[in-house]
Amino acid sequence: MTAADVLLVALGAVAVGAGLLVVTTRHVVRAGLWLVVTLGAVAGLYLVLSAELLAWVQVLLYVGAVVVLLLFAVMLTRAPIGASDDLDRVRWPGALVGAGAAAGLGVLFIDAFHWSRVGLPEPGTAEAIGGAVFRTWVLPFELVSVLLLAALVGAIVVSRPDVSAGSGPRPGGRGR
Amino acid sequence: MHPVLPFTIAALLFGIGVYGVIVRRNAVLLLMAVELLLNAVNLVLVTADATIRSMVPHGGQSFALFVIVLAAAEIGVGLALILQLYRLRRSVDVEDLPLTEQPAGPAAEASPEPDPEVAR
Repeated sequence: MTAADVLLVALGAVAVGAGLLVVTTRHVVRAGLWLVVTLGAVAGLYLVLSAELLAWVQVLLYVGAVVVLLLFAVMLTRAPIGASDDLDRVRWPGALVGAGAAAGLGVLFIDAFHWSRVGLPEPGTAEAIGGAVFRTWVLPFELVSVLLLAALVGAIVVSRPDVSAGSGPRPGGRGR
Repeated sequence: MHPVLPFTIAALLFGIGVYGVIVRRNAVLLLMAVELLLNAVNLVLVTADATIRSMVPHGGQSFALFVIVLAAAEIGVGLALILQLYRLRRSVDVEDLPLTEQPAGPAAEASPEPDPEVAR
C-alpha cells in the first residue's frame, strides 16, 4: 500500500458512504448536500489519479453548477423541509438490482486487474488535456458544443409557461 | 497505485446510483442518483486512462470531460422538464405520472386557475 493507495481508499470510502446517504436519506435537501460530499470526494480521486484539470472541472461544474441547480429545483418544487417518509417506493427490488450491478461490475474489474500495480501517468494538466481535445478529439468537441446549444434551447422551450399540454397561450397567463 | 481500488469504488458508486434510480420517487432525487451514475462512469474512464497506455494520450480524460458536459446539458433539460411537470401537477412524484393519459386532460383538471404564487 503506497500513499496513493491509502488516499484512494480513504476518498473512496467517503464517496461511497456519502453516496449511500444520498440515496437513503429522508431529507430532500440533505440528499443534495451529501451529493456535494460525494462529488468532492470523486474530485479528490481524480487528483490522486493525476487528472488535475478534470478535478477542477468537476469542482466547478458539478459542485458549483449542478448541485446549485438541483437545490434550486428542490426549492422551486416545494420539497418538504423536514423528514418525509414517502420518498422511496419498495426497497428490496432496488437493493437487489443495485447490489447485483455493483457486484457484477466489481467482479469483472477484480477479475481483470487482480492486484496488479501501475505507475501513475504523467499528470493531465490543462495543457495536456487541451492538446488531446484539440488535436485528437476536435470533432466530438464541436458536436458537444452543438449539443449544448440544443439543450439550452430545449430547456428554454420546455420551461416556457405558455407551452403546456397543447392548451396554447392562456389569457391572464402565468408568464413572468 | 493498484487500479483495482478506484475501479471497485466506481462499481460501488454505480450500484448505489442504480439503487437510487429504482427506489426514489421524487424526480429531483432521481436526478441526483443519475448524477452518481455519471460520476461512476467518469471514475472508470479516468482510472482506465491512468492504467492502460493507449495510442492516444489522455483519451479517457477527454471522454470524461465530454461526459461532464453531457451531464450539465442533461441536468438543465431534466430540471426544465421537472419544473414544468410541477407547474402542471403540483407534484414531482414519478409514481403519479399517468403515461397513457390524453395530453389535454391533466392541464385542464390539475390547474383550473393559475396559482399566482407559483407562477413566478
